[in-house]
Amino acid sequence: MAADNATYALELRDLRKSFGKTEIIRGANLAVAPGERVAIIGPNGAGKSTLFNLISGRFAPTSGDVILNGQRINGMAPYEINRRGLSRSFQITNIFPKLSVFENLRCGVLWSMGYKYTFLRFLSNLHDANERAKQLMEMIKLDKKRDTLAMNLTYAEQRALEIGITIAGGANVILLDEPTAGMSKTETSRFIHLIKEVTEGRTLLTVEHDMGVVFGLADKIAVVVYGEVIAFDTPDKVRANQRVQEAYLGSVIAEEQGAGH
Amino acid sequence: MNSTTHPVSGATSHYRFKPWNVGRFVIWTLFAVALIVAPMLFRSSLALTMLSQIGYLIIICLSYNMLLGQGGMLSFGHAVYTGLGSFIAIHAMNLAGKGALPIPLVFIPLVGGLAGMLFAVLLGYVTTKKAGTTLAMITLGIGELGGSIALMFPEVFGGEGGITTDRVYGQSFFGITFGPAIQVYYLIAVYCFICTAAMFAFTGTPLGRILNAVRDNPERVEFIGYNTQRVRYFAFIIAGFFAGIGGGLATINFEIVTGADSLNVVRSGGYLLFTFLGGATFFFGPIIGAVLLVLASVLLSELSKAWLLYLGLVFLFMVMYAPGGVASLIMMNLRLAKFGKLRQLWTSYLALAGTALVGVMGAACMIEMTYHLQLNAALGPELTFLGATLNAKGFTSWFGAVFVMVTGFALFELCRRQFVRQWSRIQEEIEHEIKRGEAL
Repeated sequence: MAADNATYALELRDLRKSFGKTEIIRGANLAVAPGERVAIIGPNGAGKSTLFNLISGRFAPTSGDVILNGQRINGMAPYEINRRGLSRSFQITNIFPKLSVFENLRCGVLWSMGYKYTFLRFLSNLHDANERAKQLMEMIKLDKKRDTLAMNLTYAEQRALEIGITIAGGANVILLDEPTAGMSKTETSRFIHLIKEVTEGRTLLTVEHDMGVVFGLADKIAVVVYGEVIAFDTPDKVRANQRVQEAYLGSVIAEEQGAGH
Repeated sequence: MNSTTHPVSGATSHYRFKPWNVGRFVIWTLFAVALIVAPMLFRSSLALTMLSQIGYLIIICLSYNMLLGQGGMLSFGHAVYTGLGSFIAIHAMNLAGKGALPIPLVFIPLVGGLAGMLFAVLLGYVTTKKAGTTLAMITLGIGELGGSIALMFPEVFGGEGGITTDRVYGQSFFGITFGPAIQVYYLIAVYCFICTAAMFAFTGTPLGRILNAVRDNPERVEFIGYNTQRVRYFAFIIAGFFAGIGGGLATINFEIVTGADSLNVVRSGGYLLFTFLGGATFFFGPIIGAVLLVLASVLLSELSKAWLLYLGLVFLFMVMYAPGGVASLIMMNLRLAKFGKLRQLWTSYLALAGTALVGVMGAACMIEMTYHLQLNAALGPELTFLGATLNAKGFTSWFGAVFVMVTGFALFELCRRQFVRQWSRIQEEIEHEIKRGEAL
């Protein structure tokens, strides 16, 4: 079975999730090719974040399959999924507040470099892990804040650190949950550039509300409405899609134009 | 990338966290010297007993802080691992004394350590399944269990009377019999130094760092590849090992272990309380805690019958006003000293200490009189406290005590307000200096 699916980095097959009697995800299907950048859009409460939580192992799906690099991962714990090459960020900043920037990133690096639960070696002697953490720090432009505790960073810096931790382990599928939420326009455009840079060559899925970000970042757009993926195509085709217009995009574009006046 | 302009990230620069830099070398040397010369400075037999107790309590409190301070695990059952370590150690000693086990006394603490580790492997698996409140409740349950099981199996735990042993057995270790207390002290001191160094080293390892991450944000750790349950479990086992070593050393020191004393929840509570008082947020905090524990239980209890009440009050105020313990107070002042601001504060400190002392004196007089009325009523209403004769039933004594207390605390409050203003001004100055330093 692995051979069939190996062409996709991430695949969802008739994925369903119910909380009590309410079905939130109602048969979602999606197939993301390696290296693709996919933006997931949809109205509030459509199930975008739940979809991320199902993929990353925070919740187990009620039925259906999640297939990562040809392997079924549904029902696995978050750390098992992470070890198989999928890493995610969070909508609400989720870092290690009492550790320094460097320590935050080094924690993200350790498992993938094989150091696991080691307690017989000093961190300071793990040159490859330190070197990698330093590179990450430069990539997310926080090298001047090396020893600053994460809780003392600005909001934008914390968001950058969040992404740094997410990519630290070298996962080839990256899930970013509203990476630019709460940022100013200028910060956002800089941040899109940063995201493109650090996820170069990897498969990226991102939940995003800002249409500017979506069209600036994504190769493909998946539209989620009421727990289903109603469209999955290139930005131009999604924009032209009648069903998407009716269900979601029409209202968003009207809103943005309204806000512009 | 423009990052190379920063000195830290230059290609040739090395990482700052060296395990053996000069400052650290000096501190460890001082620690070793302190352990060596302490019994030469305090020569009485009481002092020697206290020093020995401090020695193994440092190990125990540090091992406890591996859970509390580094892993965020609030355990109410640490005495289970020290106590079981003690019991296995004493049985090993008795077997060795009979010639059935070829273990010299110097390795008995390791037997205790392995026992502590073994029980941590067994019981820790259940304990560390969950974190936070659930973990605290499980440890409390296991702590109670340990105490009651000790009384259920008198053949293993010796019942009420406990188990006794003789530490002088077998051949002497290079001429050392470990009969005299001073030899036992140095055995404890050696273990204390090695264990402290090992536990400090642990904080610089991958597991030690991830343990901090689990403390701060367990959810995120799950998404960077780590099983948080495993991280807690492994840390728990290592803490159990060092706790057991401490237990083994206690056995050698006292040559007796009783279940009611070594395994009960009150003992666990003591480790928690004093680790917290010493300061759980810094590595060296529990060392201070261990010293305070011995001073309180040996000296304070001699001084007053109400010592547990005083201890409770101190704990209360520390939790409220200095949750980082004594260690955090020291570190805050070292920070001031680093920026050359400490000198501005010493008059304030003197005023605070003086007024607090007056207030506490007044309060202590009242507490002592109340205790006297309750416990020593047969001896008449008069008692002497700190050289003054008080009449527990007399108006003047009570009025005087209230007056002293109110005056003291009122003046203290005035000084405190002044001090708070001064303190925040200095902090602002320091922040400013740091900002300026960063901008350069």
